[in-house]
Amino acid sequence: MQSNHILIRYGEISLKGKNRKVFINQLHENVKRALKEYRDIKVKQTHDRMFVLLNGTDPQDIIEKCKYIFGIQSISLAMKVENEVEEIKAGALEALNQAENAKTFKITTKRSNKTFPIGSQDMNQVLGGHLLSNTTNYKVDVHQPDIELTVEIRTDATYITSKRVQGMGGLPVGSSGKTLLLLSGGIDSPVAGYLTMKRGVRIEAIHFHSPPYTSERAKQKVLDLAKKLTGYGHSIRVHIVPFTMLQQIIHREVPHGYSMTVMRRMMLRISQMVAEKEGILSLTTGESLGQVASQTMESMNAINEVTNYPVLRPLVAMDKDDIISLSKHIQTYDISIRPYEDCCTVFVPNAPKTKPKKAKVIQLEKFLDVEQELQKTIENIETVEITSHSNQNNHFEELL
Amino acid sequence: MIYLDNSATTKPFTEVIESFQKVSERFYGNPSSVHQFGTDAEALLRKAREQAATLLDVSPEEIIFTSGGTEGNNMAIKGIAFAHQNRGKHIITTQIEHPSVLDACKALETLGFKITYLPVNNMGCVTVEDVENAITDETILISIMHVNNELGSVQPIEEIGDIAAKYPKLFFHVDHVQGLGKVDLDFKKSKIDLCTVSGHKIHGLKGTGLLYVKRATTLFPLFHGGGQERGFRSGTENLAGAVSFVKALRLIKEAQISNKMKLKTLNDKLRNCLEAGEEVVINSPVNGAPHILNFSALGYKPEVLIHALEEKGFYISTKSACSSKDADESAILTACGFGFDRSSSALRISLTYENSIDEMITFCEAFHDVINSVLK
Repeated sequence: MQSNHILIRYGEISLKGKNRKVFINQLHENVKRALKEYRDIKVKQTHDRMFVLLNGTDPQDIIEKCKYIFGIQSISLAMKVENEVEEIKAGALEALNQAENAKTFKITTKRSNKTFPIGSQDMNQVLGGHLLSNTTNYKVDVHQPDIELTVEIRTDATYITSKRVQGMGGLPVGSSGKTLLLLSGGIDSPVAGYLTMKRGVRIEAIHFHSPPYTSERAKQKVLDLAKKLTGYGHSIRVHIVPFTMLQQIIHREVPHGYSMTVMRRMMLRISQMVAEKEGILSLTTGESLGQVASQTMESMNAINEVTNYPVLRPLVAMDKDDIISLSKHIQTYDISIRPYEDCCTVFVPNAPKTKPKKAKVIQLEKFLDVEQELQKTIENIETVEITSHSNQNNHFEELL
Repeated sequence: MIYLDNSATTKPFTEVIESFQKVSERFYGNPSSVHQFGTDAEALLRKAREQAATLLDVSPEEIIFTSGGTEGNNMAIKGIAFAHQNRGKHIITTQIEHPSVLDACKALETLGFKITYLPVNNMGCVTVEDVENAITDETILISIMHVNNELGSVQPIEEIGDIAAKYPKLFFHVDHVQGLGKVDLDFKKSKIDLCTVSGHKIHGLKGTGLLYVKRATTLFPLFHGGGQERGFRSGTENLAGAVSFVKALRLIKEAQISNKMKLKTLNDKLRNCLEAGEEVVINSPVNGAPHILNFSALGYKPEVLIHALEEKGFYISTKSACSSKDADESAILTACGFGFDRSSSALRISLTYENSIDEMITFCEAFHDVINSVLK
């Protein structure tokens, strides 16, 4: 008898009511996509958990992949046995013998199948006795066991699991719609993307590219960041906006104290236009309150005014230190700190207004003739689709 | 021709040469240049670094591309010595290291460093106890090779790493030049801080290699300048060298996986048929690296045998190529306590995955003929 299943426990999904099915179906689809390369496995869903039938596939590979799928609370290697006392005893013994470095154990029986003749408490006794009399070096410790054997007696069969691997939590990507992430290349925006994805949101990204003021390296950095984020689920489309002309006009026409505010408003307008075109219902930014001039309450108010789309700001209340440690955790930090100028750092005035007045901004924009240029910009947006397998450096492959 | 001197150097893989040529033709931009040509070169260098890191199971920023083993060993030893001499000036190494380690240590002695050269047993191995006993308050570096180049003896790196880790102020450097692609070494599990590898021993090109420098380890650079390779090795990157080296690394790792027991089988075959000859004593330990077999033909001058074998189309060596110019005795065999007769008549065969069992058999026949025809 061998561990032949992987058991996936749902996170927050299990709290959902009538629409739970939608979430589970999405998770099922995401798990299948993530495990596509393993041909022998089968993914089965039930109303409160999912099983991966291994059929000889290495369980470690599967567990490793499942660790990065949102919507999964925990993952365990499981053994499936018949609902027979003797079978369960043998299975539990086998599971204990597979455990490494354990001296103490605890058994927790859950009997959702009430037709099984022995109660949970009694079953704990029966199994504990069996294990103790068939092993020599184990003790029971119900408070801090080295290994906890969970025996779940269900309608179809009994599942015995020992080790529990923590999943990512969150909701399955795709179950909460889609957002357009403003991805600059800095530390914050990829973290914001990660956090929205964790809430089940699928993302597309928009990046403002201002050659020759910003380089190809800065653009590549954004594509590399997007690629990192594809590791948590879906492919990501990146819309690259040729922003040079608009940025130059703003820089020329608007007093420097206000140029940043006007530029941000422009970015938000363009983002909303792209979102509208792509059927996306919200925008997401990496803004964190008080971090820089554009992220004060006054600035947010003045900038936000141009859109009636919800602007999600998952980092709004986070400290920079926490954002940095999260970016290290999701491995975007090393890419983010590559030292190239992005559209937010070129043409930065020495002293941008931290408390811009909305009326003044509106007044200034009245004299700004950008309609034609804006239209041209929108038409020239380049869209790149990044998948977890996509390699923009294909021509490198033969060399390495 | 049958080439059995693969620990001296290997024949570059065709793919490696092609890669070098293509990179030289297409990506000659300087990775530090701002224009697109430089950007492409930089992206390729990054990709190469990432692939090297994946193959060695470390992080990309822990990879410093070098010109090979001698540079890697010097960079590690002198770099640690100069950067951390205020912590202490004592270094532990062994009597059987490659000259690029031994002579770097000797040079440091002239600058006031104290070096302990640990002895080895008759299996060519240091003992973990000797290492631990040698550690003092002044010790800042332990530098020990993984696989010995002459004998193939494998040092207990993982156990030494456990000891070294108990002393937070000292660094652990491993010369992995001979082991790479032949004998597994887990850098992290062995708690290694610095590890030297070389390209031309794994069918890469001369002048390529890398030094693994564990995150947060600081070195005094040997080359100052433009700050390339995290400032540890200034100088315009040898992109074609680095890329072709990483290609060789991938190919040797693949060869290792698909030929698990091959070298051992070839080595056993050689050992058995050579051992049958009366004049031959095998010097390599039985549990050593599978690609090296060192033996002595007692009473014969090794150079004469090498030239006689060469006439028949076989290429082997005496001691390691790097010490072959020194006279007579092998310092490594002497360190094993083998005595003058044995240490002055040693020959080394070193194998690669491309060798075959037939080659072993024809070599043994040729060797037998040579022994019978050459005068003592």
